[in-house]
Amino acid sequence: MSEDHKPKHSGPRPTGFDTLTLHAGQAPDPATGARATPIYQSASFVFPDSDYAAGLFNIERAGHVYSRLSNPTNAVLEERMAALDHGVGAIVTASGQAAMHLAVVTLMGAGDHIVASRSLYGGTHNLLEYTLSRFGISTTFVDPRDVDAFAAAIQPSTKLLFGEILGNPGLEVLNVPAVAAVAHGHGLPLLVDATFATPYLCRPIELGADLVMHSATKFLSGHGVVIGGVLIDGGTFDWEASGRFPTLTEPYEGFHNLVFAEEFGPQAFITRARKEGIRDFGACMAPMTAFQILQGLETLPLRMRRHVENTMMVVAFLRDQPLVEGLVYPGLDDHPDHALAEELLPEGAGAVFSFTLQGGREAGRVFIESLKLFSHLANIGDAKSLVIHPASTTHHRMDAASLAAAGIGEGMVRVSVGLEDPADLIADLKTGLRAVEKMSKK
Amino acid sequence: MKTTIANETVYFGTGSGQAGSEAPSIVFLHGAGFDHSVWVMPARYFARHGFQAVAPDLPGHGRSSGAPLETIESIADWLTQLIRVLCGGKATLVGHSMGSLVALDCASRHGDLVDAIVLLGTSAPMPVGPPLLDAARDGDHAAIDMANTWSHSSAGSLGMAGNPGMSNLYSGERWLERCSSEAYYADLAACNAYDGELHVEQTPSLIIAGTADRMTPARQGGRVADALDSAETVLLPGCGHSMLSEQPNQVLDALAEFIMRR
Repeated sequence: MSEDHKPKHSGPRPTGFDTLTLHAGQAPDPATGARATPIYQSASFVFPDSDYAAGLFNIERAGHVYSRLSNPTNAVLEERMAALDHGVGAIVTASGQAAMHLAVVTLMGAGDHIVASRSLYGGTHNLLEYTLSRFGISTTFVDPRDVDAFAAAIQPSTKLLFGEILGNPGLEVLNVPAVAAVAHGHGLPLLVDATFATPYLCRPIELGADLVMHSATKFLSGHGVVIGGVLIDGGTFDWEASGRFPTLTEPYEGFHNLVFAEEFGPQAFITRARKEGIRDFGACMAPMTAFQILQGLETLPLRMRRHVENTMMVVAFLRDQPLVEGLVYPGLDDHPDHALAEELLPEGAGAVFSFTLQGGREAGRVFIESLKLFSHLANIGDAKSLVIHPASTTHHRMDAASLAAAGIGEGMVRVSVGLEDPADLIADLKTGLRAVEKMSKK
Repeated sequence: MKTTIANETVYFGTGSGQAGSEAPSIVFLHGAGFDHSVWVMPARYFARHGFQAVAPDLPGHGRSSGAPLETIESIADWLTQLIRVLCGGKATLVGHSMGSLVALDCASRHGDLVDAIVLLGTSAPMPVGPPLLDAARDGDHAAIDMANTWSHSSAGSLGMAGNPGMSNLYSGERWLERCSSEAYYADLAACNAYDGELHVEQTPSLIIAGTADRMTPARQGGRVADALDSAETVLLPGCGHSMLSEQPNQVLDALAEFIMRR
């Protein structure tokens, strides 16, 4: 038999994604038999004795001390997200913004630099452009489609490359393998915000990213009743070989000169993030919030399939409407990143898209205010369909040039398609379009 | 920290303790494809309790230089040098999986250097299935998938990590991915070739076995215990082969009870 025809080795079949969304990180409670994840609504946890307590503080024992640091309910969500995103561990946070902040402060300090996609959630843009710069961390923004621009923007002080898997609101698809290759070629990690995709549609760590974050408020929850975030460590990046990360490779006075990369191997980053970032900045998640996110997560595969199906039906309707121009959705074959989306997001390009109405800002206002099923609010990823005008809301702090650079027009409308009957959604959109038509005839 | 043995650099973890002290020494020996960092929690515990913890990266693993050693006997011989250089000539040996064979062999042939042995997830002999061995020989990731999956109990592979927020399965995978395919294959081949003839006498011994261990089933650990003089056994209910991540506190309790009473 020639080498070409040698049978490949095959490992055991991994547990399926749908199963992990229900079971990862949790078994029936051994004390009570509770099948659902109990809500451990307790600030702190009793130590059996002083030596056991010292062992917990000194990372000799596993367990919980104080719910800012870890909590049993939160730990279920953390393990589940680590399993779904193929990471060595995760930390849940008070919000997606807190997850982003936790990643940054674990890696760098004043004088350091980030290269980021310029097509970002407005809140993240604020954090990078205005707030972190006040603390000495600067960011260079680049076109997410221009992989060479990421490389060109890297400076000696750069510590991180960052982008969203689907840009906001331009829906550029981040070429994770290519940007990761640029990052790794410079001894840098890549952090990807995968909020729009969830691990059901895309697992950036599998594609080469080193760190992943989500706003768990969105599709992971689906119900829109909590604010939360999660940061996942792929455990793939070699911090020592890079030589650029003293927080992980040099003694840390804040923990008896512990050197995280030496002692914790592939778990170095997530351990430092918990032992310093969550401990000191304190942006932890409440256990009730973790429980509510877990309830949503159990149906993530079912919801994401329906989100994508509904989105395809809605965009198919809208793209044929004469008042609609510039419909942007990577699932459509006229999107510049359609081929990349099919490669990196084969189960679908998410449930968020944008379009521009003829008639500019006023047409957008009339359209949004005429809708009944679509809710006008600042969120995405709810089970209910949502709509917003980015230029006057989520991205209102950006000047005209920045808006244009991010691909945001004055009349752009961003839509997050929910789980309603798609015929009802289309009927609602028809109502909005008729209102715009009437306006334009006046 | 680092030392030199046979002109090669040897890295060893100390659990944030001091090396070269007069304190009684415990040497922690990692399993096939792993490195010192799997021992971080017990090393830190014993360092705080007055022991000198030495968790080396075996040659060709982690931060230690040199070619991987190809037999359990050669690793045990290398270990004798480490004990003489770092431990004042005597140490308690704690080994997991392949590391347990190294501890057994060292105690068998160099008993004067060994205070006691603790064997986690052990079996002697320790045959490695041809599919795993062949995949490792070919540097195929399936070898990591097989060993990593079979090293976890069904509960452990789904999660429920002792360490909050950690994934047992993906942590194990990343550890193995860090090892060179050459060293990983050498380790598995060394385990497979070890004859398992036990000649350990009068060395205090503890076997820690997981009842859900699919790599080295608890009954195999029991056979090792039967072959040793006065070996004690601790069974960890529901625990798989990756006991340091699945049940770190229970492992530490068993280690501490055995070692601290000596």
